[in-house]
Amino acid sequence: MDNTLWALGRVSGIVSLILFTGTVVLGILTRSGRPLLSIPRYSLTLIHRNFALLATIFLALHVGTLVLDSFAKLTVADVVVPFLGSYRPFWQGLGTVAFDLVVAVVVTSLLRRRIGVRAFRAVHWFTYAMWPIALAHALGNGTDGTSKFFLMLAICSLISVGAALVWRFSTNFLETAKTRQEELQ
Amino acid sequence: MREVLHIDWTRCDGRGLCTELLPTLLGRDDWGYPLAMQAAGGDPSNVVIDFQHSEAAADAVKLCPKMALALAYEADQADETW
Ligand code: SF4
Repeated sequence: MDNTLWALGRVSGIVSLILFTGTVVLGILTRSGRPLLSIPRYSLTLIHRNFALLATIFLALHVGTLVLDSFAKLTVADVVVPFLGSYRPFWQGLGTVAFDLVVAVVVTSLLRRRIGVRAFRAVHWFTYAMWPIALAHALGNGTDGTSKFFLMLAICSLISVGAALVWRFSTNFLETAKTRQEELQ
Repeated sequence: MREVLHIDWTRCDGRGLCTELLPTLLGRDDWGYPLAMQAAGGDPSNVVIDFQHSEAAADAVKLCPKMALALAYEADQADETW
């Protein structure tokens, strides 16, 4: 049983990271206001939300299985309070920080109608901290963190999110950027 | 009673999701902002939603990234005075 939990805990962490990478890239795409090939904007928004939901489910699985399993020696407190863990507390703590940030982002997203767009967006910015922290946690804490496969995956993820970010902060990022700039001149 | 979709332009950022979902009711200006093709009561920020478009309009309200859309019911009379 313990072996199954341990394996599930590791795999679900990797799957969750892949899904979060997709969520971040899709979120940036959504923000640009552009459709992607033949996928309309409203579908992209839905895909972004569904990726986020799936990623969160796998994250819950990752944390849940590792709390139950006896190798990881994870306590319930470690899930919420960072840097107290017994195994590589720093790297495990990063995972806890990322987890807390995910919880904050998900809760404010679900409540965005009540709390308003400002609070929603302010918290949503934390995603840009969450993602690299989660990646660092995977590299530093993961049993497979330094395997060839995972390093390749990490490099590909970094390139995709990095490219999306460069685009995000470029002047032509918005679909309507050109018109808007011309009008201002 | 009729269903009316209200666009709050102070919130809208012209991301165009609503214009995709309601292509026959909403046009888009150069900046990307939605405009009612047939304005309710002469106001292009209010769109009359008929039965067929009710679901798409509800989707638009849910998906608008800026929460700039709202659906409301109002009395038909508003039109008759015009
Ligand atoms: S979906 Fe919302 S933000 Fe986008 S154009 Fe319509 S009202 Fe504006």
